[in-house]
Amino acid sequence: MKLHIKYDINYCCKIILQEQLDKLKLPYTITGLGEVEIKGKIPTSEYNVLEKSLKKYGIEIMVNPKNIFTQKIKDAIVEMVYLEESLPTTKISAYLSNKLDKSYCQIANVFSEITFTSIQNFTILHRIERAKQEIIEGKYSLTEISWRLSFSSVAHLSNEFKKITGLTPTAFQRIMKKRKETEIAS
Amino acid sequence: MNDDALRIILADDDYDDRLWFKDAIDEIKVKTILTLVNDGVELMDFLLKPEVHLPNLVFLDLNMPRKGGMECLKEIRSNPKLKDLSIAIYSTSGLERDIEETFVKGANIYIKKPSDFEELKNIIAKVININWHYHTSGLNKDNFLLNLY
Repeated sequence: MKLHIKYDINYCCKIILQEQLDKLKLPYTITGLGEVEIKGKIPTSEYNVLEKSLKKYGIEIMVNPKNIFTQKIKDAIVEMVYLEESLPTTKISAYLSNKLDKSYCQIANVFSEITFTSIQNFTILHRIERAKQEIIEGKYSLTEISWRLSFSSVAHLSNEFKKITGLTPTAFQRIMKKRKETEIAS
Repeated sequence: MNDDALRIILADDDYDDRLWFKDAIDEIKVKTILTLVNDGVELMDFLLKPEVHLPNLVFLDLNMPRKGGMECLKEIRSNPKLKDLSIAIYSTSGLERDIEETFVKGANIYIKKPSDFEELKNIIAKVININWHYHTSGLNKDNFLLNLY
């Protein structure tokens, strides 16, 4: 016996999407242009489940490869800024092109295209962030912190700190201390 | 997902300031969704709506009728549901004591209202840029202070 079947591929896909998205228990809309809009953020674990269950039906979630590469660049920079006991003195450009096996020019172009900012900016932001943490921890003096983060001097650190935050390291320290005190008091 | 659009709300009782702010935001290349409210009461009503899609960034004028910026700041910071909001104080005061007090009370950004449109655009762009990093690049939001006075 032969059955003759007629099917609407768009309708099928929509039903499959609905079935899988309903499991997320998040409000969503299917726009019909190969796009699904989900209100709020999907936790990574659930995103992975969704990706897997859609793959079973030959449906793939498209990701911009440049976004993925940018994430890799960020991870490499953050790793450099945070994991080293004191920052390496090699140039960031050499470090990145060595680590990611691409020319620095390629890396820098993708990065600024996706993030609207430069690698230098991003790096200094994270170095200052580490300085903030060390200031709050209070284990090291400003001189030691500037040395640990490969600034040439305290003045250099203070300058960059002020450029990023608008505050001097000392004012920052004072504010965070007061904040902690008022938190404890309330 | 439309998650890459930055949601911003400005609470300011001055009509011209609101308009000016909107024009500046419109000229910045980052995708944003802007909400404008007239004072602190409207702001808190908005933030506490049960179905609200919370903004990423709140710009707060300090001097407003009914409920001022300082009061809003306190209410926002004592509400766990609102703890992820970045708060930018947007004020005409440039007293260092005022600036420090807002930071101590939990503000992330202090902006002295500029008188020049280009400057306003630059300031907003800088704030959006740094705030974006705090949302996407694993920076610790508890340490987020930015003084643009």
